[in-house]
Amino acid sequence: MKHKGVVLFFLFVPFFLFAQNETELIKKIKSKLDQVNDYQASGMLKIDVSFIKAPNSVIKVYYKKPDKFTIKKEGGISILPKGGFGANLNSIFITDKYTIVPAGETTLNNVKVKIIKLLPLEENSNVVITTLYIDEKELLVKKSVITTKENGTYQIELAYGKYSNWGLPDTVVFVFNIKEYKLPKGVTVEYESGDKKSKINPDENKKGKVEISYSNYIINKGIPDSFFGK
Amino acid sequence: MWTLLKIELFKIFRRPRTYIAFAAIAAIIILIQLAFYSDGESFLQFGMQSLKDSFDINGKILSGYLVCFIILQTLLIHVPLLIALVAGDSIAGEANMGTLRLLLTKPVSRAQFMLAKFFATLIYTFLLLLFMSVLSLPVSISVFGTSDLIIMKSEMIVILDRHDILWRYFAAFGFAAIAMTTVASLAFLLSVFAENSIGPIVTTMSIVILFTILTTMDIPLFNALKPFLFTNHMLNWKGFFEEPVNYYGIFKSGLVLLGHILFFVSLAIFIFKRKDILS
Repeated sequence: MKHKGVVLFFLFVPFFLFAQNETELIKKIKSKLDQVNDYQASGMLKIDVSFIKAPNSVIKVYYKKPDKFTIKKEGGISILPKGGFGANLNSIFITDKYTIVPAGETTLNNVKVKIIKLLPLEENSNVVITTLYIDEKELLVKKSVITTKENGTYQIELAYGKYSNWGLPDTVVFVFNIKEYKLPKGVTVEYESGDKKSKINPDENKKGKVEISYSNYIINKGIPDSFFGK
Repeated sequence: MWTLLKIELFKIFRRPRTYIAFAAIAAIIILIQLAFYSDGESFLQFGMQSLKDSFDINGKILSGYLVCFIILQTLLIHVPLLIALVAGDSIAGEANMGTLRLLLTKPVSRAQFMLAKFFATLIYTFLLLLFMSVLSLPVSISVFGTSDLIIMKSEMIVILDRHDILWRYFAAFGFAAIAMTTVASLAFLLSVFAENSIGPIVTTMSIVILFTILTTMDIPLFNALKPFLFTNHMLNWKGFFEEPVNYYGIFKSGLVLLGHILFFVSLAIFIFKRKDILS
């Protein structure tokens, strides 16, 4: 019995020690992101979805703590995948009710990153699991994969530049699952049978990609709540 | 020739029948605009339901550009029927009134007479389109404002930047003018064969309706016929609202329609020159 206790001790102590390291790491990243109370940024939005043909758009992105996030295109239409919160990293750390599980290390773009999984403790949480790929040296999240109950799995890849001290990315690439799009011709008032060449291959119709390239940030200058609408 | 044309235009615009088309177009456009003004958002919400399941859409969707596109989509398939009212009457109407023989006693060639008639019909067609374009575009813009244009197709969504739209409407109306002239020239040709205007008007309408049904139905047998149906090419004004614009397809359809116009008008003149005028 005594021996069993010793074995268990030596088995689990490393895990707890590692988990404590990861908790510290998450805390550091969170406090880095917490420097930002609000920001607005100019950006370029590129949409790559098989059934949407949209030009690249010049947009303005607005964020305010804890979870207000909106994208606006002056005088035009902007389109973002549902749960576009994923484009904003701060939203991941709104709550601290999650279990941190270390999942090893890997390399992303020749940078060594730690893999950490966040398991929400709340049963009614929409997020099932979040996997973060963290550059420990720079304290930056380079990639995250979020699996949700309602909107499937998102993958967010982030590239940083001169705003890395704030934890704000220069480029965010958001990959998400898409459902099939089809409307009856009676609704679209289409008389023609359609161009066969432009029809979508159902195999290609699974993933969509949205890329936002930020050109500059205005940080912590204050944005009224009314700006975000309802 | 100019004098002949003026006389023909005077005849066209003196008839109350001419203004039926203008009144019908005005009524339809104003009704569509009113409907969108009062309840356009809920209509669009319904149309975008499947898109909104996966996407958040921000910005002004209901704009003058969108309303104009919906009007054109609804109307351009029906305007040919209104054009047939005047074009089908051009020769047959004279025959019906017994003035055709009298007119041909004047010192003008039959070809000149026919061309004057055709150009007068052409001017009527262009004026009708101009009237439609003014009511549907500037009026819609002044009521609903401008924004990016979101076009929902059955299998695709196209979003066009608001600075990249106006030229497409000019081009689309230009193409629509060619398409409507095709119908006008068909009615004009049929008008040569008849002694009263009902025949060519109804025949033109029947051909347009039949061809449009064949164009709409996605059945393999009819699909083989489609390249030969002028109604199929008439719908290619929508090509200007593609991204990227399918210039080849539009140019090809434009050429097919111009070929039809040339054929119908030449045949009408050829037959009329050899026709024994008895009325």
